Amino acid sequence: MSGAIVQFLDDRANYVASSSSSHGWVTPAGIIPVIIAGALFVWLVQALPVIADGSSLRYVWPWVPTLGVNVSFLIDGLSLMFGLLITGIGALVMLYSAKYLAGHPQQARFSLLLTSFMLAMLGLVMADNLLSLFVFWELTTITSYLLIGFNHDSAKSRRSALQALLVTGVGGLALLAAIILIGTVAGTFELSEIRAMPGVLTQSTLYLPILILVLLAAFTKSAQMPFHFWLPNAMAAPTPVSAYLHSATMVKAGIYLMARTHSSLSGTDVWLWTLTIAGAATMVFASVIALRQTDLKQALAYTTLMALGALTLLLANDSGYAITAAVTFLMVHSFYKASLFLVVGILDHQTGTRETTKLFGLGRTMPVTATAAVLAGLSMAGIPPFLGFIAKELSYAGSLEVASSAMFVAGAFLVASALMFAIGGIVGFRPFFSKAGPRMEGIKEAKWPMLVGPLLLAFLGAGFGIFPGLLEVYLVDPTVAAILGEPGLAKPLHLWAGFNLPLALSVATFVIGYAIYAFATPLRALLVRLGDRSPSFDNGWDTLLAGVLAGAKWQTRVIQTGQLRFYIMVTFITTLVALAGTMVFRQAVTLPVAWSPVGLTDWLVFGLVLVGTGLTIVTQSRITAIAGLGVVGIGIALIFVLYSAPDVAITQLLVETLIVVLFAAAALRLPRLGAEPLNERWLDAVVAIGLGVSVSLILLMSTAGPIDRSLTDFFEASSYPDAFGQNIVNVILVDFRALDTFGEIAVVLVAAIGIFALLRSKPEKDEA
Amino acid sequence: MEPLLSILIGVLVAGAVYLMLARSLMRFLFGLILLSNAANLAIFVSGRMTAGAPPLVPDGMDVPPEVVANALPQALVLTAIVIGFGLFAFALILAVRAFRSLGTLNTDDMRVAEPKEKG
Repeated sequence: MSGAIVQFLDDRANYVASSSSSHGWVTPAGIIPVIIAGALFVWLVQALPVIADGSSLRYVWPWVPTLGVNVSFLIDGLSLMFGLLITGIGALVMLYSAKYLAGHPQQARFSLLLTSFMLAMLGLVMADNLLSLFVFWELTTITSYLLIGFNHDSAKSRRSALQALLVTGVGGLALLAAIILIGTVAGTFELSEIRAMPGVLTQSTLYLPILILVLLAAFTKSAQMPFHFWLPNAMAAPTPVSAYLHSATMVKAGIYLMARTHSSLSGTDVWLWTLTIAGAATMVFASVIALRQTDLKQALAYTTLMALGALTLLLANDSGYAITAAVTFLMVHSFYKASLFLVVGILDHQTGTRETTKLFGLGRTMPVTATAAVLAGLSMAGIPPFLGFIAKELSYAGSLEVASSAMFVAGAFLVASALMFAIGGIVGFRPFFSKAGPRMEGIKEAKWPMLVGPLLLAFLGAGFGIFPGLLEVYLVDPTVAAILGEPGLAKPLHLWAGFNLPLALSVATFVIGYAIYAFATPLRALLVRLGDRSPSFDNGWDTLLAGVLAGAKWQTRVIQTGQLRFYIMVTFITTLVALAGTMVFRQAVTLPVAWSPVGLTDWLVFGLVLVGTGLTIVTQSRITAIAGLGVVGIGIALIFVLYSAPDVAITQLLVETLIVVLFAAAALRLPRLGAEPLNERWLDAVVAIGLGVSVSLILLMSTAGPIDRSLTDFFEASSYPDAFGQNIVNVILVDFRALDTFGEIAVVLVAAIGIFALLRSKPEKDEA
Repeated sequence: MEPLLSILIGVLVAGAVYLMLARSLMRFLFGLILLSNAANLAIFVSGRMTAGAPPLVPDGMDVPPEVVANALPQALVLTAIVIGFGLFAFALILAVRAFRSLGTLNTDDMRVAEPKEKG
């Protein structure tokens, strides 16, 4: 169904693309997503005053009521902030994409995927039921996979897409496990109810497993070390996707998860140290690697990693400063990073390259793009009066509040912020105003749909920096309250907070940052040389995948040997273990005390069957073996005769004769038996004897006990009165259990038809 | 007689298993026959043995006058013998057909479905 829709939209896009020339970006595929996103944004904006008052909105529909699964949505400060980012940036990115991909044959598919992603992400941040949260979580993973692999004719795109899918997919499974555990512990899947029970998770014995699983999900999704490698590779996606999914929204789902569960899971040493170390490591590592990149998009990807690390680091704490910093930084990062990604997309679109070594002097020909880039770059660099500055000050204040590791955390922030300053310059300033290289000629400014997004987002960073009060009242305060679970802990947003340590750190950041910017080229060369020598996570991933495949091959080789004997052996050994093992472990072996007397005839028949069996086993002659089988069959028929089963004896004799005849006839067409080397068959002999002994013991024990003859009594009593038959066995077969006999005849008939078909069919020699 | 038969069935099972584990498909078929005989006997023994009293209702009576052999296992064994024969006959022809196609009855060499080295 959906495939048909995609196909239809594809065709439609083809038609539109061919009928309109390059300027035609107003297509249904281009405009409908913008309208959807814009409408949702407006709807969410209307909720702002309600949420700012401290209340929240909740919508519930029962889904699987017997399992306690609801489709429930909760709009509080945290989900509203995320929702506004998702729909607001979404609308701008979709407007941008309408032009960026205008005329692309698969623009409709792109729009459909991007819109689906937006709705899934919106569902993720608004879901109040953990199970529906999981469903939306997986939907974002899948849409991200499809969007990274959008250029599916490129092997690199496919590999990156699969990598992202597998890494975040593992996290998704961990999340599901965590959710089940949480549901067991708390007795509900509703997040709002769990958050209303303080300590229910932290004081549970399952706290550690839950925490590990939740963090595994969050770290894979938000690309924390050591799961960070998929994010830079995800830049294989078209630039609007990178700006939207892999910078502003989807990669923050892990951050969202940690923020959402903050009031239920944080406050322990494990939480504090895991998040601090992972966040700090990711932040510093990513900002250093970012400097190494010459591809602007890759550089931005690594600074996104850095930002995610910083957010994780800030969420490690419970202090009002740290959480306020996290919320502010999250928003400002979404503004400037989406803006810069879109700027890089414009550069790529207009010049055909994203290499920092080639892009110079574009400021005059692309003034609007340059304005957006500079404003966003300044915000990223954390220069006053931009919002980035406030976020940085708060981060410093928050990290200095961490009593146990203040210097470590603040130091990590200093390194990362300085590198951010440099990269802000490299992306936002250098391509437009640097004179370090030859100016690019003949480049045109982009069209307005592509400029609105970056420009607006860049201006937001500046505007909110100058007037932070609006942001504080409507978004930051409610979000901080939602994360910490109680209102009134948020810290104010100030451009000027007086002469204090954070300000001094900021000044140090600018100095170091400028030095790095000035010496970026030699530093990069040094990093490249160092990086080539150090092990790469990406190669490690390949090794891991190759290892998994090799393991699967090895396992297949071991389990599926292709030898019939091996399979039969496994079957017999399993049976042996089941029978003998049960007897041994239950200590059930009790031999009957009284042996009934055995007559001479019995001994003779016993000997006959024994000889026949022995003959069949040892002989190498086909005829002798068949004769041995005949002896066994006749011996068994004699047993039936001796012990009052004449009908069975007749059948046995008949069938035994047929078997011998058939075998003799077939043996003419078959080869000789050949010798079986005895020294190779000792294991076979052990298994055979073991099974034989087990069966004997079971029969000895079961026949020694009493027998339930109620069925037989019924048949004896009703054979003549009900069915008018004197031979009870016959009556059972043709009357009481006639359907069984009918089935039996059907089996023989089917076997006969099969045999006939096999004999008639011509052998295919090429098969052999 | 039940203990003696129990031991005999064990011997038949051991012989059947040993033969079924052999390389030659024909020995496998021998084993199959022995196993099916052992199974039939096991069902028979489970109903206990009664000598010289077939499960028949004499003329003019509604029920057997005295203790007769257990009729139920006999009926089951009868069915089992016939079905066992059907299975054997089909397996035998399958072996003949396999030999015509593959030229061998050594199961180690019958690897069309799972070849030895897959690339």
